[in-house]
Amino acid sequence: MKRTYSLALAALAALLLGVSTSGLVIAWAKPISYKLPDETAKFMPAPGVEIVQNNCTACHSSDYVATQPRAVKSKKDFWQAEVTKMIKTYGAPIDEGDVGKIVDYLAANY
Amino acid sequence: MKRAGMAALATGFGGSGLGSSKAFALDTVTLPFDNGERPLVKYPQKRPMIGLTSRPPQLETPFSVYNEGVITPNNAFFVRYHLADIPLNVDPNKFTLEIKGKVDRPLTLSLTEIKKLPAVELIAVNQCSGNSRGFFDPRVAGGQMGNGAMGNARWRGVPLKTVLDKAGVQQSAKQVTFNGMDGPVADKTPDFIKALDIDHARDGEVMLAYGMNGEDLPVLNGFPLRLVVPGYYGTYWVKHLNEITVIDNVFDGFWMKTAYRIPDTPCSCVEPGTAPKATIPINRFTVRSFITNVTDGAKLKSGGTTLKGIAFDGGKGIKEVAVSLDDGKTWTPAKLGKDLGKYSFREWKLPVKLDAGMHGLKSRATSNGGQTQPLEASWNPAGYLRNVVETVHVTAS
Repeated sequence: MKRTYSLALAALAALLLGVSTSGLVIAWAKPISYKLPDETAKFMPAPGVEIVQNNCTACHSSDYVATQPRAVKSKKDFWQAEVTKMIKTYGAPIDEGDVGKIVDYLAANY
Repeated sequence: MKRAGMAALATGFGGSGLGSSKAFALDTVTLPFDNGERPLVKYPQKRPMIGLTSRPPQLETPFSVYNEGVITPNNAFFVRYHLADIPLNVDPNKFTLEIKGKVDRPLTLSLTEIKKLPAVELIAVNQCSGNSRGFFDPRVAGGQMGNGAMGNARWRGVPLKTVLDKAGVQQSAKQVTFNGMDGPVADKTPDFIKALDIDHARDGEVMLAYGMNGEDLPVLNGFPLRLVVPGYYGTYWVKHLNEITVIDNVFDGFWMKTAYRIPDTPCSCVEPGTAPKATIPINRFTVRSFITNVTDGAKLKSGGTTLKGIAFDGGKGIKEVAVSLDDGKTWTPAKLGKDLGKYSFREWKLPVKLDAGMHGLKSRATSNGGQTQPLEASWNPAGYLRNVVETVHVTAS
């Protein structure tokens, strides 16, 4: 049985048990169900965005891309290196034919 | 150009069918480097944090937290994951830790059994290898963090040595690997597994921690059990730890052999923009210090004021923090605060008199091992180890 972890519950339990610096070695072992906030960041709407969405978002949110530095010597080289890294070292299943389109989209929009 | 990133975020916030996302963006902050705009985000068990990424979550501590006290509160402690399949539903009654490999007695320990073993406590800094990566010049790819991917907590748990001794490490043992419950989404992505040399693993200080600042570990900081490797970068502090394997070779997994490497040069650095000839796994923190009670660009009253801040290093402890009010021309030793152990933040303060005008305020820490912060930033391709003397520009009038 899963219970939603609630901060109010935690605070109440802490009050009741009198949390001390000795740590919580008290038998308070409830299953925890943690809910991440909804993902809101999205890729820039521009030509090629579908291919990028299909190839990138299975493993990570779009803010991984959006927060990368803009002031780089060559955007094309920067994003080519990143896409290559995703394929070669992280095993991203990206079709060879899509690589160029993904790099073009990223270099044009980020 | 800078607006582009925000436009993308704004599109997300305005999108349809995202009702519960309203609580997501409280506000935005701008970290002081190109493309540094970030949303402030609210996660369960956390106060508003600087949101770097949402899946997997990466949260940075707002820098003002370091001025609140020498211990970083659990609800403000930074979060860093690599792989998006993270354990969100954990039943601590069913959790087990496995110790196997080159041991005489493979063990499966419940959390209750672990908590019954003699406990130890240690105050130690955890810092992300890429803390401050956003300040690298030239910029490098990776998580673009300001200085908020570090924190200092009182960890409670069991020495790793205790459970390794219980299992009986065999003579042939060379390293110990650590795997947590988090894992990759794509089946070809290497699982996040780290390794320590057997002597390091058995030094009595490396800890299996279940407590943090008197509470259970927050979920996003590794509930219910994580590795604590005092003085070492956070990459080794494996979260949701449930599998320990003693091996008789040097572990060659991706996260040790390829990732988290630093140049094998005396300065651990290379000419900016170049690749190192040889690399070694990242290890101990470089020595760092920060002014925490004055922010860059602040306007202050001229006259007497007290500067305060923090310093830490990779485990020798802090010997001295010197402060400069004139961009590094002259230095005055600060008064060090209470010594909470060689792995902890060390507070410092110094009463100063600021004349009217502009000032470049700097702090420079020296460790008991004689290491000191450089005045010029060094560079490495992964953006690790930053420890240049930081400057806070203020105007007094």
